[in-house]
Amino acid sequence: MTTCATHTAPEPVFAEPWHAHVFAMTVALNEAGRFDWPDWAARFSQTLKHNGLNRDLDGGDDYFVAWLETLEQFLAEQGAALPGDVESIRQAWEDAYLTTPHGHPVHLAETG
Amino acid sequence: MPHDDHDHPHALLPPEPALRVKALETILTRKGLIDPAALDEIIDTYQNKIGPQNGARVVVRAWTDPEFKQTLLQDATRVVAGLGYYGRQGEHMVVVENTPKQHNMVVCTLCSCYPWPLLGIPPSWYKSDAYRARAVREPRKVLAEFGVSLPVETSVRVWDSTAEIRYLVLPMRPEGTEGMSEDDLAALVTRDSMIGTGLPRVPS
Repeated sequence: MTTCATHTAPEPVFAEPWHAHVFAMTVALNEAGRFDWPDWAARFSQTLKHNGLNRDLDGGDDYFVAWLETLEQFLAEQGAALPGDVESIRQAWEDAYLTTPHGHPVHLAETG
Repeated sequence: MPHDDHDHPHALLPPEPALRVKALETILTRKGLIDPAALDEIIDTYQNKIGPQNGARVVVRAWTDPEFKQTLLQDATRVVAGLGYYGRQGEHMVVVENTPKQHNMVVCTLCSCYPWPLLGIPPSWYKSDAYRARAVREPRKVLAEFGVSLPVETSVRVWDSTAEIRYLVLPMRPEGTEGMSEDDLAALVTRDSMIGTGLPRVPS
């Protein structure tokens, strides 16, 4: 297997942890029957098309931003995660990061 | 810019989309729609267990077992499922064979459909607008940029994946590999050779 040595190191599967998480959430929701994969792919391709109108997407961060937008929209339509709720929990996470001392694990304040 | 300042007074704030992902995860977990442990399992699978090594196994088997190759080309979905490589999204798998007459190359012009169970998560370039647009329009030029030049008599066929059908290229077995072990052969099968933007390595 020494032939691999001359090959450049492979790029990581997911460049950022959040790429992995948004991907896994989508796969989990699909497997739980929240939506069909062809339906997801059709919506996702619409988002990519829309986001790519004014600039070329490089398939990295912008790809997963499009993925996230698609999922947010889908969950909003289904009533599973409403935009107002997403925004307030996002804000709560931001506050948690900004008030947690560096090096400590960040937890969301229990709001119920 | 990398930012790793240990004197920082508070925890490093993740980028905005990361916080939105955390928000979705929190909401869906509280509602019982997702299980964080299941997410970790999915991430672990794609990061560590599924990758081009799976596809390489299938290619090597096809190189060394004519009967297997025949059934693979006829009904890849069933054959690869038999090897334990299931499409989680219920998609069909089609294997297309490279020959001296025809070179095959795979793209997804719509989004980024890809044979996950055999190749894992696609590389960035596969997901880029540039590749998705140009693979169909000027495949030979794209191939040249990947360092692949084909004889003029070899035609190039581009396969456009969909959510339902994913393609895997069966590259031609390199010359001079007779008698090599399956492990050594598998080391020659690169990810790109199974997308069609590369050729297998040649044994040194």
